[in-house]
Amino acid sequence: MARRAGAPEVNAGSMADIAFLLLIFFLVTTTIETDAGLDRMLPPMEPPTEEPPIIKQKNIFTVNINRNGQLLVEEEILPIDKLREKAKAFLDNGGAAQGSPDYCNYCKGARSAESSDNPVKAIISLKNDRETKYSTYITVQNELVGAYNELRNREAQRLFGRDYVDMEAQYLNPETSDTVKEELKEKVTRIQGLFPQKLSEAETSTD
Amino acid sequence: MSKFAKKKDGDIPAVSTASLPDIVFMLLFFFMTVTVMKDSSLKVENVLPNASEVKKLEKKDRVIYIYVGKPTREYEKVFGKEPKIQLNDKFASPSEVGDYILMERAKKAQELQNVLTTALKVDKNANMGLISDIKLELRKVNALKVNYTTYEGDAFNNLQ
Repeated sequence: MARRAGAPEVNAGSMADIAFLLLIFFLVTTTIETDAGLDRMLPPMEPPTEEPPIIKQKNIFTVNINRNGQLLVEEEILPIDKLREKAKAFLDNGGAAQGSPDYCNYCKGARSAESSDNPVKAIISLKNDRETKYSTYITVQNELVGAYNELRNREAQRLFGRDYVDMEAQYLNPETSDTVKEELKEKVTRIQGLFPQKLSEAETSTD
Repeated sequence: MSKFAKKKDGDIPAVSTASLPDIVFMLLFFFMTVTVMKDSSLKVENVLPNASEVKKLEKKDRVIYIYVGKPTREYEKVFGKEPKIQLNDKFASPSEVGDYILMERAKKAQELQNVLTTALKVDKNANMGLISDIKLELRKVNALKVNYTTYEGDAFNNLQ
């Protein structure tokens, strides 16, 4: 038998199997994650000499979380799923009388004199115990941010016919072009100005 | 006809699979570029809580991570069961957070140093006391932008 010249062809039929093996390996191990979470700004350290500004009690919405995860909202025990509604009612109240400089013309709340004057003035104060569980804290934060977002969405729908959360997400997306960004920035800041997020966190209590 | 008859001696020619290595490499490169390598292995339990009002952390290069949670089982004997802070690869006390932030900040490019976000990846069972300590440290070094990293989901699932 005469052998043909040249090396015989290597059987590469199993290469496909190897390809699939690699593919499956990487598919299983990779997590293409983009982290998401609640964005918060911490207050800067205040200079010790500065006097804290005087804020009317009715413009403050106090939320206290105890170590068992129970909420004390405005001196009353409140189940956590009612928090969002209550916070919205407080922010949207617009209690200042018509004609006064604080009058809020876009508020749709109860306009009670006992609650906040204007969303711009309204402050939510959050206090928690050292033993409070982190998950409870996040739930409360989430509800408060949710309250702001719902109100902002409402105003954004009224003014621009579009959800605020949507606009902000597009604004923060790095793939958005600069011209669109510029336009969105104006709208986003306008809405933020209507309902500024004033969420103050007191020092935690130790007892 | 003899032309065709000649070919009869071989079997069906094998499908050329010469391009398969290319495909393999293509896939390999794709995944290599897409994968984000973890730069530190987790030494703490890190089951994040759920939240629905989340924002995405888009730019990875301007984020500093801080992990908090109970040490995993292999470290439990040495470090105990109480939640701990993990910075890079080692456990740390709250007082070290400030230095860590300053160090990480110095590593970043000049123009990014003012827009850094601190991502707090905290286990849902951790206590707020530790978080408050971290927050105080962050305020001291003026790292005020914080992101509480969570999973997307219904926040009320946290309470169970």
